[in-house]
Amino acid sequence: MSNSPRVPSLAGVAARAPQPAVVDRPAKIEAERLNFYYGGTRALQDISVRIQPNVVTAFIGPSGCGKSTFLRTLNRMNDIIPLTRAEGRVLIDGTDIYGPGIDVVALRQRVGMVFQKSNPFPKSIFDNVAYGLRVNGMAGSRSELEDRVEQSLQHAALWEEVKDRLHDSALAMSGGQQQRLCIARALAVRPDILLMDEPASALDPIATQRIEELIYNLKHTYTIVIVTHNMQQAARVSDYTAFFWLGRLVEYDRTDKIFTNPGEKLTEDYVTGRFG
Amino acid sequence: MERAVRHFQDELEALQARLLEMGGLAEERVRAAIHGLVTRDPGVIEKVLRGDEPINELHIEIDNRCFTLLALHQPMATDLRAIVSAVKINTDLERVGDLAVNIAEAATRYSMHPPVKRLIDIPQMGDIAQAMLHDALDSFVRRDTRLAQQVLDQDDLLDGLKTQVFRELLTYMLHDPSTVEPALDLILISRHLERIGDHATNIAEDVIFMVSARDVRHHPPPRS
Repeated sequence: MSNSPRVPSLAGVAARAPQPAVVDRPAKIEAERLNFYYGGTRALQDISVRIQPNVVTAFIGPSGCGKSTFLRTLNRMNDIIPLTRAEGRVLIDGTDIYGPGIDVVALRQRVGMVFQKSNPFPKSIFDNVAYGLRVNGMAGSRSELEDRVEQSLQHAALWEEVKDRLHDSALAMSGGQQQRLCIARALAVRPDILLMDEPASALDPIATQRIEELIYNLKHTYTIVIVTHNMQQAARVSDYTAFFWLGRLVEYDRTDKIFTNPGEKLTEDYVTGRFG
Repeated sequence: MERAVRHFQDELEALQARLLEMGGLAEERVRAAIHGLVTRDPGVIEKVLRGDEPINELHIEIDNRCFTLLALHQPMATDLRAIVSAVKINTDLERVGDLAVNIAEAATRYSMHPPVKRLIDIPQMGDIAQAMLHDALDSFVRRDTRLAQQVLDQDDLLDGLKTQVFRELLTYMLHDPSTVEPALDLILISRHLERIGDHATNIAEDVIFMVSARDVRHHPPPRS
């Protein structure tokens, strides 16, 4: 592990492993001493964290700090990358998702994901949202399918804008609408958890604001974990924030605490823009 | 663009509600302190002396709310001015609460002496100071710069009454030295009421800044 010349080393941080801020409710997601390797490179080091249900948790940190890698371990999205390996445990509702007999497809249905760049299929708006339902055999009757598509688009705050053009191509939508369509697509299969990897980084400020407002509203129904480079966005939308650095979790606490009085000097240096 | 992230607006509204609650408490304490002075009622005065805690708690809570809103939302333009104004209004209201205590302390001392005179101007000053405070907070809620300007205009009236109270009590003190101690307390009270008017004026200036981004502080009056 190489230390940045501009910041103090991590010595001592691991010893003071971040204490979960809230432990009185059962965690929705719990990582226990999770290590993750890309080939011989250890990208995550002994991550232990308890993520609460029905809150927004933001992962922040400089590029390469492991925040996106950790996010992808939460629905085993890293499995598709060759020569990767996870050690430790990730429990969702108490079940180890790296344990034997786990159906990864079912896991990803429960733990939906939205990516940095919106990636609608070259299909109609309706078919994009219906896609997951159809391939998972959840479509039911035509009217059930239509209801589910409408409900998903409403949850994603997109229904009013697209209800009269459901059969137009999704690719004709604006970037912000496409991203909300991807959120609707993820919601259609009724996940419990929504992982968002830089969901607004390619959007203009207005579209970003809509996504942030949507995140705020969705947390009542879903557990949301968001990775963002944009610290201000983490501050605005999240209830809890985890700061990663060099593959370690440096600090995890309530967002207001992290942004007003962080416990670690490294976190303070990062949120005040002194490095990173 | 009128849209704003809803929870930020919710937080701003909660902040405003807490400021108003604090303003109501401050106003009530000024009213009670003057009432205690006029009626020489030790129970009323004692309540003012002992009742500063809710305002002090709100002072800290409102500061924390502002601090967190600034840190988490990085507000801009009107929103930024609203929160910076709220920080300042919060301090003004806390000082008004302290001044009510100062008035109650002077009223306690005053009540140990025979009345110097019938109190007319000081209760009137109390009414004006409370009205200024009330209007200043109203202008804050309604984002009403005209009402805020009216508050600024009232300040001269209060200053004039304070001078009048001083002159009148000076004649009493010159005439009868035994009135010096209680008369000085009345002068102090008029001074506290004038300061309350100044705090209301500060709030009105903050409202004008918040709404129109005009800084009207320390502007010399136009020459006639």
